[in-house]
Amino acid sequence: MEEIRLPKNPLSLQLKAEDFLPAGREEKRQLTVMRESTTFWRDAMKRLLSNKIAMTAFAVIVLVMIFAFVMPSFYPYQYDQQIRGSEYLHPMQYSEKEMKTVGAGGSVFPHFLGTDMHGRDMVIRLMMGSRVSLLVGLIASVLVLLIGTIYGSIAGYFGGAVDLVMMRIVDIIYSVPDMLTIILLQVTLKQPLNNLFDANPSLGWMRALGAPMVSIFITFSLLYWVGMARIVRGQIMSLKEQEFVTAARALGASSSRIIARHLIPNCISVLIVTTTLQIPAAIFTEAFLSFLGLGVMSPMASLGSLASDALGAINSYTYLLLAPSIMISLIILSFNLFGDGLRDAFDPKLKENKK
Amino acid sequence: MGAYAVRRFGYALLTIFFVSVITFTLMNLIPGGPFLSEKNIPKETVAAMNAKYGLDQPKWKQYLTYMGRLLRGDLGESLKQKGRSANDIINTAFPVSARLGGISILLAVVFGVLMGSVSALNRGRFSDRLLMVISTLGIAVPSFVMATFLMIVFGVKLRLLPTFGLRSAAAYIMPCFTLAFYPMSYITRLTRSGMLDALDQDYIRTARSKGVSRLAILYKHALRNAILPVITYLGPLIAYTVTGSFVVETIFNIPGLGREFIQCITARDYPLMMSTTIFLAVLIILMNLAVDLCYRLVDPRIKLK
Repeated sequence: MEEIRLPKNPLSLQLKAEDFLPAGREEKRQLTVMRESTTFWRDAMKRLLSNKIAMTAFAVIVLVMIFAFVMPSFYPYQYDQQIRGSEYLHPMQYSEKEMKTVGAGGSVFPHFLGTDMHGRDMVIRLMMGSRVSLLVGLIASVLVLLIGTIYGSIAGYFGGAVDLVMMRIVDIIYSVPDMLTIILLQVTLKQPLNNLFDANPSLGWMRALGAPMVSIFITFSLLYWVGMARIVRGQIMSLKEQEFVTAARALGASSSRIIARHLIPNCISVLIVTTTLQIPAAIFTEAFLSFLGLGVMSPMASLGSLASDALGAINSYTYLLLAPSIMISLIILSFNLFGDGLRDAFDPKLKENKK
Repeated sequence: MGAYAVRRFGYALLTIFFVSVITFTLMNLIPGGPFLSEKNIPKETVAAMNAKYGLDQPKWKQYLTYMGRLLRGDLGESLKQKGRSANDIINTAFPVSARLGGISILLAVVFGVLMGSVSALNRGRFSDRLLMVISTLGIAVPSFVMATFLMIVFGVKLRLLPTFGLRSAAAYIMPCFTLAFYPMSYITRLTRSGMLDALDQDYIRTARSKGVSRLAILYKHALRNAILPVITYLGPLIAYTVTGSFVVETIFNIPGLGREFIQCITARDYPLMMSTTIFLAVLIILMNLAVDLCYRLVDPRIKLK
């Protein structure tokens, strides 16, 4: 049915009778919201998944983790295996002995990144170095998360004099120069820790990590939780005024239950973001210490100690330095970018004002 | 302001006390004394040496003696560098580090603010992207990687710059750049986000509508507000420069306080360890205090609690 109609003047106030008819079924359906309602988590995940930079960084982290934790089991060389005659091989180069084996029809697994001054394969050392760095980053961040959350939530929840005293302690630890104290602790804890391991054979797993590693964890748990504690306290302080806390209290919930079941789950996004951004800081510190010769002990490798070992021969064997340097920059960069992505996903309003 | 300053100063003193106790306790946690490492010294000699340096006294008394001397400005004697006092070592090493650190901080602030402003004004354009890539790299690359990379390229391959010492002006280029790169990147990002925030404000629009020139708006109105986070960052920046110099001075073999600190730790020179730690800690804490007080002077909106 064709109908000729003049275009309606947009400014006209003239009403049409059909505008007042009851809505038909078709029209009603158009008004129902077709989109499924999303939860906070699904919304955040969607934002995160659509953030290309963050997802690339996450993919890199996963790849590095496979490289560091899975591949060493399948690799034909060991990180502390010194191959005689294969010292300072360039990438893909074979030693004379290995050439002979190849010549005789045998096969020798190539040294993709060459070997170091003791004839140790650089690829496997790089894997172990990345493993150590990642372990330090993850464990130290979890420790910081635990201590900071417990301390901060107690201070924030109880408030008043408790808060005042607890936060003054945080203030003081906050202004202690961290790197100085870490270096000192690193040096002084070595001997006592070794004695402790000798006395208690049950601590064998700690011994396997080595005293320097354990003391890094101790220093992190002593010094770095203060930032986390401040953030958690701030969150708890604003959350505890809300009705659901009053309701829980009215129902007779204990303080510890309110903190653990009601308050902390509500600031979990902040916790995730802060912990993720803590990881690169820990890796950075470990590399720094190892580079100064205060970190892992030989033959164990960390990315910092690999770079430090390579420094002695940079004139002729530059490649030894390049691999660990690129690796550590890659790891720190990916964790930073992924952490930024998480922050944007969980709290789009939050601007970059933290460190 | 006065009351606030006094209270902050009190906290600073408390922190310094705390650091000195930590350092002293840690030093004494190490089994054995400083003279046990040398081979086959008769017991009497060790006892005499301990008595000479007052190490046979009870620990709390040792601490009090040390702190008492510290208050009079006497930092004790080095055990390993014979005949040199800690005062002497700090007096010669600190100016070197201070010069290096001062130049680096200046570089970081000037170029960081400049790059951040350029980046914010060209938001989304190529120059902004490029600067953001550079500053992201600057935050991710550890200083020792940066230092060794520069050393390979300019020192070893191109042979343009000297790789150790500070004997010529050219020798300052690599250490200063290494030290400045991270804070410069950080300041670039701070300035950029501060600038973007400031340029969005109503008073900028008002100024523009009144016909204030673009440059005057930038430097008189926007930058003034954008730069506040940078001033807050100056405190951590000083701490970073002091600790960053450990790596830089070790790599470039510069006779500064950072290298001295690492060396006395590896040599287990306890009095020197204690003195350099306390010296550096006092430096960092007082600088932080000064920055905090300045910050409150610059921005009158910040209430003094």
